[in-house]
Amino acid sequence: MATLTKTNRRDFLKIAGTTAGGLFIGFNWMSCDSPKMDVLSTEEVLANAKNFNAFLSIAPSGDIVIYSPNPELGQNIKTSFPMVVAEELDADWSKVRVLQANLDTDKYERQLTGGSGAMPHSWERLRKAGATAKFLLVAAAAKKWEVSADELSTSEGIIYHKASGKKIGYGEVANDAALLTAPKEITLKDKKDFKIIGTPVKNVENGAIFTGEPLFGLDFYREGMLHAMIQRAPFGMKIKSIDDAAARNVAGVKDVVTFENSVAVVGTSTWPLMKAKKLLKVEYEADGKVESSADHDQIFKDLLANGKAEVKREDGIVQAAFKNAAQVVSAEYQCPFLSHSPMEPMNFFAHVQADKVELIGPTQTPESARRAAAEVTGIAPENISVEITRLGGGFGRRLRADYVSEAVHVSKMMNAPVKLTWSREDDLTGGAYRPAVRYRFEAALDTDGNLIGYKLRGVGMNAGNSTREHNFPAGAVDNLLIENVNYESSITTNAWRAPITNFLAYAEQSFLDEVAFAAKKDPVEFRMELFQKAKANPVGGELRYDVDRMIGVTKMAAEKSNWGKNPNVKQGFSVYFSHRTYVAQVADIEMENGTPSLKKIHVITDCGMVVNPTGADHQVRGGVVDGMGHAMYGNLTFEGGLPTQTNFDKYRLIRMKEVPAVDTYYVDSGFDPTGLGEPCLPPTGGAIANAIFSATERRLRSQPFIEQKEFTDLKLGIKRA
Amino acid sequence: MAIINLKINGKAHSVDVEEDTPLLWVLRDHLGLVGTKYSCGVAQCGACTVHRNGEAMFSCITPAASLTEDEITTIEGLSKNGDHPVQKAWAEVDVAQCGYCQAGQIMNASAFLKKNPAPSMDEIDEAMNRNICRCGTYHKIREAVAMAAKSE
Repeated sequence: MATLTKTNRRDFLKIAGTTAGGLFIGFNWMSCDSPKMDVLSTEEVLANAKNFNAFLSIAPSGDIVIYSPNPELGQNIKTSFPMVVAEELDADWSKVRVLQANLDTDKYERQLTGGSGAMPHSWERLRKAGATAKFLLVAAAAKKWEVSADELSTSEGIIYHKASGKKIGYGEVANDAALLTAPKEITLKDKKDFKIIGTPVKNVENGAIFTGEPLFGLDFYREGMLHAMIQRAPFGMKIKSIDDAAARNVAGVKDVVTFENSVAVVGTSTWPLMKAKKLLKVEYEADGKVESSADHDQIFKDLLANGKAEVKREDGIVQAAFKNAAQVVSAEYQCPFLSHSPMEPMNFFAHVQADKVELIGPTQTPESARRAAAEVTGIAPENISVEITRLGGGFGRRLRADYVSEAVHVSKMMNAPVKLTWSREDDLTGGAYRPAVRYRFEAALDTDGNLIGYKLRGVGMNAGNSTREHNFPAGAVDNLLIENVNYESSITTNAWRAPITNFLAYAEQSFLDEVAFAAKKDPVEFRMELFQKAKANPVGGELRYDVDRMIGVTKMAAEKSNWGKNPNVKQGFSVYFSHRTYVAQVADIEMENGTPSLKKIHVITDCGMVVNPTGADHQVRGGVVDGMGHAMYGNLTFEGGLPTQTNFDKYRLIRMKEVPAVDTYYVDSGFDPTGLGEPCLPPTGGAIANAIFSATERRLRSQPFIEQKEFTDLKLGIKRA
Repeated sequence: MAIINLKINGKAHSVDVEEDTPLLWVLRDHLGLVGTKYSCGVAQCGACTVHRNGEAMFSCITPAASLTEDEITTIEGLSKNGDHPVQKAWAEVDVAQCGYCQAGQIMNASAFLKKNPAPSMDEIDEAMNRNICRCGTYHKIREAVAMAAKSE
């Protein structure tokens, strides 16, 4: 706690205002139960620390600074990355402090948060960084004691020479070690010897978060900076005229500037700008398609029927299979647009000067932020710095640099440092949304209820592919056709947590449930038959999934959920592979006084080795809550190029009372770790919808459930078991 | 513009702002107390929760000028060393994902537990239902409130 006093907050403001180092957001706060009164400040540690590589520095005090290159938005990378480095280093975790690295494309290959890809990309690199430093520290100790390095061992930041009983701390040999040459090849630990990886380690920023320290982009402040807010055009429209007289009259407003299709109000603090923005009178005129959700519904239906489809995968002779089928099952599924709605609205600080740009704020991809600034200013990327603050959520929204671009525009026009803030209304109306999509599925069954033909046609928006054609059930069906029809919308769309699969998984897993029902087979058994077929005799070419891992999570799901054993519990099953991770889920519904009550969701995950069990549970539960919340309530509709829902009073997010119990289990498959930020979301809606069908024989084919009459009549209760 | 006198975290502050300025923006833009978060601005999400005379209040819709007679507590003033039982429970349970909503959650939970020191789980759910966590940390929030109730 000693590193986290009230003075630090002032320091933050002061440091941020006076040094190029700017935002200083890392520190060590392992537990509020054990305050260390003699703790050095991180500045003091860094002043004397030796760099071993891009990831770590060690000070003579034995304090270790580990740099985390990837933006932290709640996926806990700022804790799990350093755990991997510290593991191979054999560090004393209580001496580790973590700093967010700035954008540095020379040092780091992938400073990006997206695609659940950080851990699989960096796993070996992080391990090598730790192992190499340990090698050098041991070599330095060996040299000092004039013994062979083979005779030395390490544990928790100390090097031991068993024969002589000598020991020495990493800090004491750090200076010597840093002068040695790193080896080209390095031996990594056997996983069974891991001491930090696989143990529950708490978020390294807990202390700052729970005391309200300034960590987030929106918290950034610099003496003399201006604030800005922006009025944006509806999708498909452009500015016709602007009357900013009333806005300019608001006390605290300095200027109103226009660039591209945006009007920015600029002033000395936020509140006057919120008022001024409402007083802007901006007229718009059509500049392309001005779209409404009602039109989309018709467009989807037309394109499903008559659209020009691109074949994504074709196995066997699909037409013949359907012609010969004993039974054909078909259904259409549709979802609406969704907003990302991270709790921290979009914001960024930009300071454009003659020959350089300084950028500070929340971004999932700092390299795109730099690129955006280079495009606006013409300044070379190497003269544009990007400091990454903690992100108050992202969900894919902060993969776009539109708001960085805006901050740069305003700073350039005002010739001053500017912090741009979006209101919640801006966030909902100026988004880059999960697009609406509609799917048509068709299944052909033979007389024994075997799946002999499968067709999927998706109509996606602004996406070359609304399907995942090499995923299950590809490989398990002899005759399979996957097609995509694209519709170009003027509404900006973007990756949204588990892009495509966030709804495709729901639609596919619900449809397979329909098919199993038509075939009079148990839904889990039905999947297992298909897996066995794909394993024994895989159909067609490329398959992205590992059948054994699908079987692994499915078997464990049946076992842990007591599948089909309790007649009072109506269950729904769903299994999906995305982002290199395998997840099966079972939702439990119990009937109480004639009404169904959702009690629990069992989640079985195979993400390879679990790096941090507490962090993993967070991602699993968070994914399930997110998947459930948006399946139940998420609904963004458009009228005249603008969303109808402009704040959380109309755009409903899931709340405390609406969440059932979530039990988590992990399959120990022995693989290297894969990501968890996204893959637990896709299967959730399907598991719940299938449980609802099992309990009530009502099939929900559209989201959000809350808008479907079949659902609202149910009065589904939610109770934690 | 008007001079508004406020008592925040036990200290007197005087700010010169427009009279309709919500407390949230006085805290964030004028006093550097940025632990209190802006998220919706319309009293829907609870990220801006502070205490007014010990009661949880949405600071985003409450004009600072209406609070001159009140004792205001923000997350920065909840405890001296981050060791309020609710903060300790939040750390022990490791509640945060992105963390943005958590100051508001803690302020709501601490005001709630003061009024109801031994709540049932249903009462916890009811009380915490006014705060949104977009990351979905609800299970851990619930666990932490229950833990703090036991420890107080």
